[in-house]
Amino acid sequence: MKAKQVSVFIENREGRLEEVLSAIKAAGVNILSLSLADTREYGLLRLIVSDPAKADKALKEGGFSSMLTDVLVVRLNNEVGSLQDLLCAVAKEKINLEYMYGLTIEKAGKASLVIKASDLDKAAVVLKKAGAELLSNEEIVSL
Amino acid sequence: MIWNEKMETMSREEMRALQSERLVATVKRVYEKVPAYRAKMDEIGLKPEDIKGVEDLPKLPFTTKADLRDNYPFGLFAVPQDEITRVHASSGTTGKPTVVGYTENDIKMWSECVARCMTMAGVTKKDIVQVAYGYGLFTGGLGAHYGAEYIGATTVPMGTGNTQKLITLMKDFGATAIACTPSYLLHIAEVLKENGDLDKIKLRAAVCGAEPWTEDMRLRIEEILGVSAHDIYGLSEVMGPGVACDCKYHKGLHVCEDHFIPEIISPTTLEPVKEGETGELVFTTITKEGLPLIRYRTRDLTSINYEPCECGRTTCRISRFKGRSDDMLIIRGVNVFPSQVEEALLRVDGVSPHYMIVVDRVNNLDTMEIMVEVDEKFFSDEIKGLEALSVKIGKAVQQMIGLNAKIKLVEPRTIERSMGKSVHVQDKRKLV
Repeated sequence: MKAKQVSVFIENREGRLEEVLSAIKAAGVNILSLSLADTREYGLLRLIVSDPAKADKALKEGGFSSMLTDVLVVRLNNEVGSLQDLLCAVAKEKINLEYMYGLTIEKAGKASLVIKASDLDKAAVVLKKAGAELLSNEEIVSL
Repeated sequence: MIWNEKMETMSREEMRALQSERLVATVKRVYEKVPAYRAKMDEIGLKPEDIKGVEDLPKLPFTTKADLRDNYPFGLFAVPQDEITRVHASSGTTGKPTVVGYTENDIKMWSECVARCMTMAGVTKKDIVQVAYGYGLFTGGLGAHYGAEYIGATTVPMGTGNTQKLITLMKDFGATAIACTPSYLLHIAEVLKENGDLDKIKLRAAVCGAEPWTEDMRLRIEEILGVSAHDIYGLSEVMGPGVACDCKYHKGLHVCEDHFIPEIISPTTLEPVKEGETGELVFTTITKEGLPLIRYRTRDLTSINYEPCECGRTTCRISRFKGRSDDMLIIRGVNVFPSQVEEALLRVDGVSPHYMIVVDRVNNLDTMEIMVEVDEKFFSDEIKGLEALSVKIGKAVQQMIGLNAKIKLVEPRTIERSMGKSVHVQDKRKLV
């Protein structure tokens, strides 16, 4: 099961991130998690939001370069070594992780993260087999 | 010193008579040998015998870069291919290069012209000349090389790209003259200064060309290096470097008029302008065998002065260039049309994005940055994907124009939209 992430290209200059967030706010979309990757000249903002399609549309209308990307949202036990165990299974299958960032830590002893892998379908199968729970956008919102 | 006293100091009347005689012969020859010229003349009902002298020049149709392209590769040559001993080529606007051909006599004539120019800069057979233009299809390297050899100077074919080696040999050989682009020479000067090597060189003359430069830049080169710096002009279609050069008085560039007749026309009406006025420079070659050109539009804007010069030469002088009548850029000596960049971008994705070419001069070297808007067509949600995109665009541009450009990805709609003709170039170099 895959989830949708909103990816936005932004130039590395003052106030740009705020303008992106402002467009999302105006669309009434809630941000659940984000990661900002930066280079010297530009950055890539990746967002998990309550309504990806709506956020993407609002951003495009606002003149931003935005796109929807498939990612995996993995829910696992919030305990020592559980992530390492999962990644061990992924590495064994020679799947490369492109990027990863945290999503939530729940009171109920669970934690979830966002993963983008070279072969997303294969990664999904491997992670499931290793005991991880994969969440859809709807499930993420209800966490 | 004057290389060819007879040709360079004859009276205006003698020059006009010589030009007329050669022009009549050239027109007759191209009419007979080159179908494209014959067709153009037939179209307006012009016969070779209608051209009796220089005064009839304005009757002839113009030749443009498009004509060279349309007759690619050898269509405008006036001799059979087996008489062509050399070809050069420059990048064209649509990917097809502009090809120029030379007979054995043409190469000799070219060498003679470059020899005249180098002599204006004070180069003699006693000099050691480093030629630091690019060798190859570009006319700069071989053109300057043959001219320096023709004088009998010790010629060192450096080429471009290895500044440290050039400096080492400049010191070790005791090189006294250099031929390269002015921006490259300024770069060499800065490196020499940084290394504390300025007092270890014997350089005294510099013949620079292939790109526009200012009088300030020329004076700066003279000041730093303690040389006499000269501006050599030429274009591959007409011949290559050596069409004109300035003498020690630096009051315009003496044209090798016995080989090339210059005219100045208005780029809008295409009519000749009044003597001394600025307009587009047009050349008619009157001795070239391989690729004679009739009224070739250079797109360079300048004016002509027919007064005799203090140096003793009577050949007319063109003033420093005041710009171009088209959108061509000259970057590090390479001719670049914005349309070529656009075509390269098209090749990357099939869709032309919004882009802006920013040309600047940093540490005396031309820089070229191409800003490309990243929209849905050019997007990756991974940094490595975006970096790969930059590299891909850079390679496509490099293949198209032969220059490395810095690719800068920018957000959509950040490049200014113009209402009329779109503006794709920002030239920040201060040249005029």
